[in-house]
Amino acid sequence: MMRRSPSLLRRILLPRADGRRSVTYMPRPGDGSPRIVTLIPGDGIGPLVTGAVQQIMEAMHAPVFFETFEVHGDMPAFPPEVIESIRRNKVCLKGGLFTPVGGGVSSLNMHLRKELDLYASLVHCCNHPGLPTRHENVDIVVIRENTEGEYSGLEHEVVPGVVESLKVITKFCSERIAQYAFEYAYLNNRKKVTAVHKANIMKLADGLFLESCREVATKYPGIKYNEIIVDNCCMQLVSKPEQFDVMVTPNLYGNLVANTAAGIAGGSGVMPGGNVGKEHAVFEQGATAGNVGNQKLVEQKKANPVALLLSSAMMLRHLRFPSFADRLETAVKRVISEGERRTKDLGGSSTTQEVVDAVIAKLDWVSHR
Amino acid sequence: MMRRSSPTFRCLLRGATSGSSCEARRSVTYMPRPGDGSPRQVTLIPGDGIGPLVTGAVRQVMEAMHAPVFFETYEVHGDMTTVPTEVIESIRRNKVCLKGGLATPVGGGVSSLNVQLRKELDLYASLVHCFNLPGLPTRHENVDIVVIRENTEGEYSGLEHEVVPGVVESLKVMTKFCSERIAKYAFEYAYLNNRKKVTAVHKANIMKLADGLFLESCREVATKYPGIKYNEIIVDNCCMQLVSKPEQFDVMVTPNLYGNLVANTAAGIAGGTGVMPGGNVGQDHAVFEQGASAGNVGNEKLVEQKKANPVALLLSSSMMLRHLQFPSFADRLETAVKRVIAEGKYRTKDLGGSSMTEEVVDAVIANLD
Repeated sequence: MMRRSPSLLRRILLPRADGRRSVTYMPRPGDGSPRIVTLIPGDGIGPLVTGAVQQIMEAMHAPVFFETFEVHGDMPAFPPEVIESIRRNKVCLKGGLFTPVGGGVSSLNMHLRKELDLYASLVHCCNHPGLPTRHENVDIVVIRENTEGEYSGLEHEVVPGVVESLKVITKFCSERIAQYAFEYAYLNNRKKVTAVHKANIMKLADGLFLESCREVATKYPGIKYNEIIVDNCCMQLVSKPEQFDVMVTPNLYGNLVANTAAGIAGGSGVMPGGNVGKEHAVFEQGATAGNVGNQKLVEQKKANPVALLLSSAMMLRHLRFPSFADRLETAVKRVISEGERRTKDLGGSSTTQEVVDAVIAKLDWVSHR
Repeated sequence: MMRRSSPTFRCLLRGATSGSSCEARRSVTYMPRPGDGSPRQVTLIPGDGIGPLVTGAVRQVMEAMHAPVFFETYEVHGDMTTVPTEVIESIRRNKVCLKGGLATPVGGGVSSLNVQLRKELDLYASLVHCFNLPGLPTRHENVDIVVIRENTEGEYSGLEHEVVPGVVESLKVMTKFCSERIAKYAFEYAYLNNRKKVTAVHKANIMKLADGLFLESCREVATKYPGIKYNEIIVDNCCMQLVSKPEQFDVMVTPNLYGNLVANTAAGIAGGTGVMPGGNVGQDHAVFEQGASAGNVGNEKLVEQKKANPVALLLSSSMMLRHLQFPSFADRLETAVKRVIAEGKYRTKDLGGSSMTEEVVDAVIANLD
């Protein structure tokens, strides 16, 4: 037994090289034609992490070409040629755009979402194997209404010293975000949708949101539906996050809930996400906190590219290149679980380039035959 | 060391087995487009022999999963003179069809309805994925071959005539157009699915012009994909290599007749035609059926005892779900089927067991979640 155990141990400890899922795809003829994707590097750590994505797409020979546009957060409006390009390509990958505090400059991120009617923002927060966190069993998808609510941007100064800000909730928008959330749960075999609200206080506004959610819930009898008040929700998120599955929220609560959920599961540097509308999709780092980073990160080039890499894997799936998406995702997850190359927010001290090199090295390890 | 090793062993073993058994939900993130969950209509042709039995099995499993797929059933039998026009209309409308086998009478003047369907809809590529299923013992290990077969011309043109009584001429037609598009499809498939090698199967030493034309087209397309290895093999050597060293083959592109033989041989070495998924695809339509065509009608005894193997059609319908962009349902179905095969309790006669079709279906439904 002792003499045989080293080989036994080796068999158990060595990870099985089952990186290739043996699923069968039957592509349509022409599915391999390359696609053009608009790329907006953005501000701060944006160019660093989008550069990382570009490197990896080249290493994989993915059939994706980037049309790059320079946009910065202090521009007054989104340049029309960028919007044109996204309308043409239908898909965009972007780094963070820095929104100045105060002043009269409205957020370009918001502007983009409204212009293209990207009404659903999706963040998938889940524990990554090998990355230790204080909370286990987290697998939450936060679906957030992206165009109205508290972020309408309608503010005015009634009299000097008094400002009114309008929160607008419409049945149309609430209905479509609820429909998207339940459809997502149905398509991804999720068991429960939770609506987050504050309708005990904002009875009419959030009440309208809840009504729409309840209406859509009746059309999906196989999916459990419940409601939770946002303050209780935040408390439950940090104490028992395993009770949440898919969460549908209006704009502001969604921002907070998404960033909290991202934080408990490993940080906003690793969670993928995107914004989708009927015709267009824009992929960016999931949770918006820290997507521009600070001066020190930019100088030391130690930004975490994982979130944008996983979002670009989502983008590859969106463009119907599932095999490339799987390769990228497997490589990134393996790099995270091995733990040698981690940036500062994950407890390591690597630079962005080192993480990228590690991912590229793992890209074909999993498909070795 | 001895006293400490057993709890270590137990811990490792628990980790290894629990890891392998609960990997049913891959944590990948899909961001569906709004409306991706709308139900799709699919034409269903039960066919002859065991056809109705196995298509009934697929219907049951689709209902159990609440898949967003509705079937429009049409009765077609192999002894009809042509495929009824409303069936073709229906497939043109729905774009996707699932069918059981159609018995082609030997001799006589009745042309094969299977071939007629493929020519009518110009389904020029037939794809069979032959791979070892975990838990199913076979004489050959490490088999993972995809056979891509030209479906519309070649030896199966159906152009025969009796020159004088007792002398029959049969025309084998090879065109550059068809050879080019099947080669393009094969290389595109290899590119999209991260396959390393494409092998062209031919007999150009004898049929210098016909198969020579096929080879020329393959070589031309190969130059456009420098990352994929390309080689050629004569069909008799190929059959011998298949049964001695099948691990050398990856993707195989073949003309019509050789493809039929190679596909059925590859299916046979990897577990039998009762378990290999496959389909036929053209520019606009796709028809899914049991992969390798041998035995897809079955015999009288199988029909009476209701012991046909539904696995091939179930895996093909999971390919169909992927084709219809319902990846989560496809994954659930495939995982359930593979688990049933791996467990080995419910296997039909061709896999060495004695279960009935219904028992296998119930086992798959039980394993769905």
